[in-house]
Amino acid sequence: MNLKNKNPIHFTIIFIIACIMLIVTFWISIVCGSADIDTSTILNAIFNYDPKDMNHNIIIDVRIPRDIGALLVGVALAVSGAGIQSVTRNSLADPSLIGLNSGAALMLALTYAVSPVISFPILILTGFIGAMAGGTMVLMIGRSRKDGFNPVRLILAGAAVSALLSAASQAIALYFRLNQSLIFWSSGGVSGTTWQQLYIGIPVVAIVVIIFILLSGQLSILNLGESVAKGLGQNVKIIRAGTMLLSMLLAGISVAIVGQIAFVGLMVPHISRFLVGTDYKKVIPLTAVLGGCLVVGADTVARMMGEAPVSAIISFIGVPYFLYLIKKGGRTI
Amino acid sequence: MNRLTGRNLTIAYGNKVIIENLDIEIPDKKITSIIGPNGCGKSTLLKALCRLLPLKKGKIALDGTDINKSASKEIAKKIAILPQSPDVADGLTVGELVSYGRYPYQKGFGRLAPEDIEVVDWALQVTGITAFKHRVINDLSGGQKQRVWIAMALAQKTDIIFLDEPTTFLDIAHQLEILELVKELNQKQHTTIVMVLHDINQAIRFSDYMITMKGGEVITQGNLPEVLSSQLLAEVFHIDAELMKDKLTGKPMIANYQLVNRKYSKVEIK
Ligand SMILES: Nc1ncnc2c1ncn2[C@@H]1O[C@H](COP(=O)(O)OP(=O)(O)O)[C@@H](O)[C@H]1O
Ligand SMILES: [Mg+2]
Repeated sequence: MNLKNKNPIHFTIIFIIACIMLIVTFWISIVCGSADIDTSTILNAIFNYDPKDMNHNIIIDVRIPRDIGALLVGVALAVSGAGIQSVTRNSLADPSLIGLNSGAALMLALTYAVSPVISFPILILTGFIGAMAGGTMVLMIGRSRKDGFNPVRLILAGAAVSALLSAASQAIALYFRLNQSLIFWSSGGVSGTTWQQLYIGIPVVAIVVIIFILLSGQLSILNLGESVAKGLGQNVKIIRAGTMLLSMLLAGISVAIVGQIAFVGLMVPHISRFLVGTDYKKVIPLTAVLGGCLVVGADTVARMMGEAPVSAIISFIGVPYFLYLIKKGGRTI
Repeated sequence: MNRLTGRNLTIAYGNKVIIENLDIEIPDKKITSIIGPNGCGKSTLLKALCRLLPLKKGKIALDGTDINKSASKEIAKKIAILPQSPDVADGLTVGELVSYGRYPYQKGFGRLAPEDIEVVDWALQVTGITAFKHRVINDLSGGQKQRVWIAMALAQKTDIIFLDEPTTFLDIAHQLEILELVKELNQKQHTTIVMVLHDINQAIRFSDYMITMKGGEVITQGNLPEVLSSQLLAEVFHIDAELMKDKLTGKPMIANYQLVNRKYSKVEIK
């Protein structure tokens, strides 16, 4: 395919391929697991659920929620990353690298310190508030009057603030003896996803992603730089603030479901832009699909490696990718 | 009465005042050039005139209404701006960028209406880049890129277009190509053009009206060629220049120029 000549049909083809990849990955993920369960049992479990069948229970109560959880988190983190990258015009930005994830984790630790039994909607809310606090700190420190969000300065600020917030989480964990649940958040895994979480997580993520798709035209304009965007009549401040808030909400939900996973929001929008260019009307939908694909796939690999943390698997690809981008100069988008 | 006027303008970045108490008037349907030494505030003035910079004091009126109090999208239907060296987002195609020029006309979540597509195609055609519609902008030459940005401004279908140094970084042939294009727009569409240029001779050749600035102040503004004089060039650019007649255009041109204080500032290079 000629990558230099991007006909509208080019996007359609790539998007369809990505969707097929997601469906295949999702299916493999349901099939693969420690217990050997064949396809007909899986179909039976879905369409003909028998509560007394052990395998049916594994499929319905463990594997499917876990996969949907992975899908949800992948979509949320990837789209959140695309949002943050467009607001900061910084191709190195990622929800975890700018302090959203560590902020959310700290707030969740605090919440657990106050009460160990907390409903999931409250967790989402606290995660969101924590992401806002962490992100705001990093953006304030990393921003300068002269050149806006200089890529590398933003990432340095993010690393420092994240280290601080994580230390605070650990202090809280030690003090309130929360160790067990916090290990889960710092390592990141979808194994414990429940239907209760999904009943709330699915609609929230779906709505936010739809808003993002509707906003994508605005993001394309924002991406042209402040002068051009203002010249075209865009209210740059409102679009930036709105996009940032939605990105923080997505990051907060992800942390509430799986804990901290880094680099999804960095890599996926980058790959999407490489494939279809920088028009966000194309980037956002493709990013959502590829994000789901990445985390579902990584979780499957994690399971096959005997329950390795999914965040570790993703970092295994993410860190070299990140270093490669830094080497390339981390230029603004 | 001209459509776009600025009265008593004070423009600052934070507390750093660049332009103070300036009055300016942009003649309708003419090409206006702003010239002046580097850092004298040309871009600053241009940005303020199209509401990209807030005013400390004063008022800019377009058709009698304050542009800083009007809906920004409504202004974008009347004034288009091509900022000094805009950076292209990596990977955009020509067609995509030009279609963003229709943003002010889109409501809500904006898809391109058939008439938007028509205007985009027209803009591509006028600027001669229809063949590149699906090409990625990064892969184009400097002159082609500049035409893409001009096409985006055209797609806004405005009566007024501001261009900040549209020819910088282009070779002489491409400079002329861009300026001919601007001239044609002015003559055929009667678009009011305001541009910052560095080449004084090009400014004289392609514009009807000239504003000269120095140190944040307007030194002169007026019709060409009357506004031009050797004294003015000496004052604004510190050059000693002769004004001659350009055989090709019949307009004045500057020639045989050197620094005014040349004889005092001769540095011996060892
Ligand atoms: N964003 C900014 N913040 C602070 N000062 C600025 C900014 N942009 C320009 N300036 C200053 O304003 C003055 C005028 O700059 P500018 O309008 O860009 O000059 P010109 O376009 O005539 O070369 C210069 O002294 C420049 O340093
Ligand atoms: Mg300038």
